[in-house]
Amino acid sequence: MTTLAERPDVERPGPARRPNRFRSDRTAIYLLLLPSLLPILVLSVFPLLRGIYLGFTDARAGRNVEVSFTGLANYRELLGDELFWNSFKIGLLWAVGVTVLQFLLALGLALLLNQQLRFRGVARVLAVVPWAMPPVVVGILWKLVYHPDAGLLNEFFHRIGADGLRTNWLGDFSTALPAVILVGVWAGMPQTTVVLLAGLQGVGRELHEAAAVDGASTWHRFRHVTLPALAPVIVAITSLDFIWNFNSFGLVYVLTAGGPGGKTMLPMLFAYEEAFRYGNYGYAAALGNVMVVLIVALLAVYLRRRLREAN
Amino acid sequence: MFGKPSRTGRVLQYLALAGYLIFLGFPLIWLLSTAFKPPRELVRLHPTLIPSDPTVQNFVQAFTEQELGRAALNSLQVSLASAVLTVLVAMPASYALARFRSKLGTAALGWVLLSQLFPFVLLIIPIFLVLRQVGLANTHAGLVLIYVVWALPFALWMLQGFVRNIPRELEEAASVDGASRVQVLRRVVFPLLAPGLVATALFSFISAWNEFFFALVLIKTPELATLPVALARFVGIEGTARLGPLAAGSLLATLPSLIFFAFMQRRLSSGSLAGAVKG
Repeated sequence: MTTLAERPDVERPGPARRPNRFRSDRTAIYLLLLPSLLPILVLSVFPLLRGIYLGFTDARAGRNVEVSFTGLANYRELLGDELFWNSFKIGLLWAVGVTVLQFLLALGLALLLNQQLRFRGVARVLAVVPWAMPPVVVGILWKLVYHPDAGLLNEFFHRIGADGLRTNWLGDFSTALPAVILVGVWAGMPQTTVVLLAGLQGVGRELHEAAAVDGASTWHRFRHVTLPALAPVIVAITSLDFIWNFNSFGLVYVLTAGGPGGKTMLPMLFAYEEAFRYGNYGYAAALGNVMVVLIVALLAVYLRRRLREAN
Repeated sequence: MFGKPSRTGRVLQYLALAGYLIFLGFPLIWLLSTAFKPPRELVRLHPTLIPSDPTVQNFVQAFTEQELGRAALNSLQVSLASAVLTVLVAMPASYALARFRSKLGTAALGWVLLSQLFPFVLLIIPIFLVLRQVGLANTHAGLVLIYVVWALPFALWMLQGFVRNIPRELEEAASVDGASRVQVLRRVVFPLLAPGLVATALFSFISAWNEFFFALVLIKTPELATLPVALARFVGIEGTARLGPLAAGSLLATLPSLIFFAFMQRRLSSGSLAGAVKG
């Protein structure tokens, strides 16, 4: 994220440093860029625009199906679709829950890893491993932990004599969503920790020492020195985490596939079912559009509040 | 950072660290242990953390009976092709982005960030329709194409960072000495860029290797499925005794990324990647 601001080479002026042949030779540049730009335009930008457009049509699966523009019909239908609202609420709970817990836990871990503690090396390695795992594997791993008969969690409760707490974590209506959120936190924590740790290492030592000399308590120093210095990093990573979490798919698909009884049916899973089980392409695309608009709106509110706080 | 904490403070810190180690570590240990448990132990009423009679049978079974072997081969093919293609396509463009003043560099980076915002479901339907039109739906070639395009923006950004780290003066010196532009690129830029090319290829390999959604939607023939899709299908098969091969397959599916991360960590600490992958 920091790289955004650092582009010393581009801005470097001074034609005297460059022989003529290095000066922008337009055709050459475009020839060099073409092999990259063309595929991105054809298979990324164009599909995206077409996807947005599809959200305003009645497109359906199947060859030679006529597609007609229907305006806001999909959105009117979405408004009255109880399953959509349900999925949307679950999606928000999931995205906000995972992002907040992920951030708090990652901040705690980053603060610990920033200290001279023993076992710090082990913790640093462990903290990165979940990041390296494919989402499908993370899903499988936690399915094993939550397994009603052969799972680590139920066995743990048995060993400590709390058999009453044993349950089918992913199959029970009341525990499925919290269980899935915990997995989301586990999977996303490493990246957040690494980013926050990098941010912490950029917080000036002198400020801390000065504050300590002035008699500020640990909490005060954290609140008034560390947090303000870390704020830009926190805003960036929590925003990104929120987007990633809201759009995540593979993890929950493997864990519960949206069950039991739709209790973990994230919007992405809902859209996937609409599109590829029922073939309602237009409707699914409309759902995607609504998701984008809502993410942008939520982020705008969040970022504006942070900005106001900063001023 | 907090000066010298009190004794209780230290104790609390270690307790917290222990909590993190348990939360992060135990699920991993459980996966390892399940992968080495024989069927007898898997169906036992009260499973143990450490397998009492470890076996590698699950690994053998995962790759022979359960078609995970073929899926791993498919994944390997697709990921290798994606890695090579991404690097070939990104190389010239990243050179242009790094060496010539252009708004396109900002546009590429903007696209990396913007594309995060859009849910895959918006992309997948049109991509599916386009690929079907040209007969590439349900083929590895189509999947590779999507993976390359998907990895490209980030690969461009990463690789142009490496190009920037090569002092322009080296190129200028070579051209003053009479080297042609092609010679400058081949003799000066290319060798110095090698670590960057490897890192970019690895990045592209891993994102293809781990990818699930596109592979799930685009590949319909079970024989063509990639490893994540095959593993996810395998999950659907009930029966506690099958957990062993499932865990074994999952472990093997994680190995490439683990190697990648180990590699990147060394690079990161040596600083040669510092400008390319921060954050």
